[in-house]
Amino acid sequence: MSRQAQAAVLFLLGASLLHAGFTDLYLRYVKVGLRPMLLASGVVLIAAALATVWYEWRARKAAPRHAEDGHGHREPRVSWLLVLPLFALILVAPPALGSYSALRTGTALQQPYGYADLPPEGALRLSLVDYAGRAVYDHGRTLKGRQIKVAGFVALDKAGTPYLVRMALNCCAADAQPVKVGLTGRIPPVLQPDTWLEVTGTYTARQAEDPVNNGPIPFLQVSAAAPVRAPQDPYDETWNN
Amino acid sequence: MAITKPAPPAADERAGPPPADHEGPRLNSPLALTLLLILLVLAQGPIRQALSAPVMQSWMTVFVAVMVQALPFLVLGVLLSAAIAVFVPPSFFARALPKRPALAVPVAGAAGVVLPGCECASVPVAGALVRRGVTPAAALTFLLSAPAINPIVLTATAVAFPNDPEMVLARLVASLLVACAMGWLWQRLGRADWLRPPARSSYDGQGRGAAFWGSVRHDVMHAGGFLVVGAMAAATLKAVVPEEWLSAAADNPVVSVLALAVLAVLLSICSEADAFVAASLSQFSLTARLAFLVVGPMVDLKLFAMQAGTFGRGFALRFAPATFVLAVAVSVLTGAVLL
Repeated sequence: MSRQAQAAVLFLLGASLLHAGFTDLYLRYVKVGLRPMLLASGVVLIAAALATVWYEWRARKAAPRHAEDGHGHREPRVSWLLVLPLFALILVAPPALGSYSALRTGTALQQPYGYADLPPEGALRLSLVDYAGRAVYDHGRTLKGRQIKVAGFVALDKAGTPYLVRMALNCCAADAQPVKVGLTGRIPPVLQPDTWLEVTGTYTARQAEDPVNNGPIPFLQVSAAAPVRAPQDPYDETWNN
Repeated sequence: MAITKPAPPAADERAGPPPADHEGPRLNSPLALTLLLILLVLAQGPIRQALSAPVMQSWMTVFVAVMVQALPFLVLGVLLSAAIAVFVPPSFFARALPKRPALAVPVAGAAGVVLPGCECASVPVAGALVRRGVTPAAALTFLLSAPAINPIVLTATAVAFPNDPEMVLARLVASLLVACAMGWLWQRLGRADWLRPPARSSYDGQGRGAAFWGSVRHDVMHAGGFLVVGAMAAATLKAVVPEEWLSAAADNPVVSVLALAVLAVLLSICSEADAFVAASLSQFSLTARLAFLVVGPMVDLKLFAMQAGTFGRGFALRFAPATFVLAVAVSVLTGAVLL
């Protein structure tokens, strides 16, 4: 790969990182906290591309014939592979992980450090991970008799059991793990995997074991369900703090 | 080939002496790049359709995620490595490190604390250290210890294992031991010709700016290409291999340690995040999970690809398996004592 082509790849790589960082695109792949580094590295890559063009131009001006041979060393052909992530990020922009990965991976529910106080009355709007933690490790002590609203995306296992899922993420999507809540009661007749729902219901003591890793899956007694927009950050990052 | 018209760029490309050129008839690479990008844009409809199956989508997401997550750390490592190559004189390392390699190894291992990043950053830095005349044994120790024992990684480990604080100590001790042992082993048995001599021309005689940016460009293109190979391997594993296989391995203490060690190699998770994944593998013993945490930052697919790119394939083929065996053995011993 010649210097000009390298400069072009560096520039495009930097530009696509900036593009991902300035839109919400990066949230599909990495945690929120990585954004400053993402933008900084995009700037460095673009600077490297400009510097390459500049020094190449100067070298050519100084010695027009031998500018390329003078250094002798070309980058290996493996550098061409850098075109792939460019293509994937700019043209395809794959979606955040959904029901396919969620069903292949065991539930990652961990025991919470503690339980924040809940408002004393009215419908409770809880994050899915919070609900699952209270239901399993606090045996629903704070949930009994309350109306609860939980949002997540739908996943259907082979037997057809519907789950509401949030993927929890620590660093990037490669380490994302699902937290699952089983749905029972008045479930909508048609459920499309990967659609986001806000489910209204009540706590039930019913639990199941995740067939993948024997982790606990709590259930929610559903009374109503409505489609909602996917949240800005598709992953739950509460464990990062 | 008869070129009747004087065509300056083409003539320039072919003017070089043929023996240095193994690539045969060469397409001018800016042209090839432009054609490739145009082709991809034109064919994006059919390509998107082919990629819409859930397996492929999940593969792409993990692939892009590994790249987006690793690139900033790679850039950080590349900047550091360029700074070492250009602004730090070789005499500095001669003064900073003990003269005897046997002593330089533990010092380099402990110095790994100061590089706050994951393994992608440490490969180019270790390469720059070797080129700067640091004894390879010490540079390799640094390569292994930096991603495992820096404060960010240890903090993440403490957060991921709130009920087992001894896990942090065990990880620190085991990782340092393996890194130093590999350094001493290299000093005893390693041969200089296994390490590929720095393929890059030296930057002496250029201005500092040209040398700095030349080094950045070279390292990003080089290590970045190998990073793509590793990211593809990790994405394939994550998207294709079912996790149920793991549960079967968890029951036997010996198999469980080996299974998690192999998993760490295959998954290639960033060392800042691997503790959380280890914490969720709760059906495994703490010792098996320690093996996962010690092996992961030292040997994994993307790291192997990057080592092969920086130090040569012959080196990586010897170094990675030895590190793996040592890391598993030390994890089991540390686990028996501390956990």
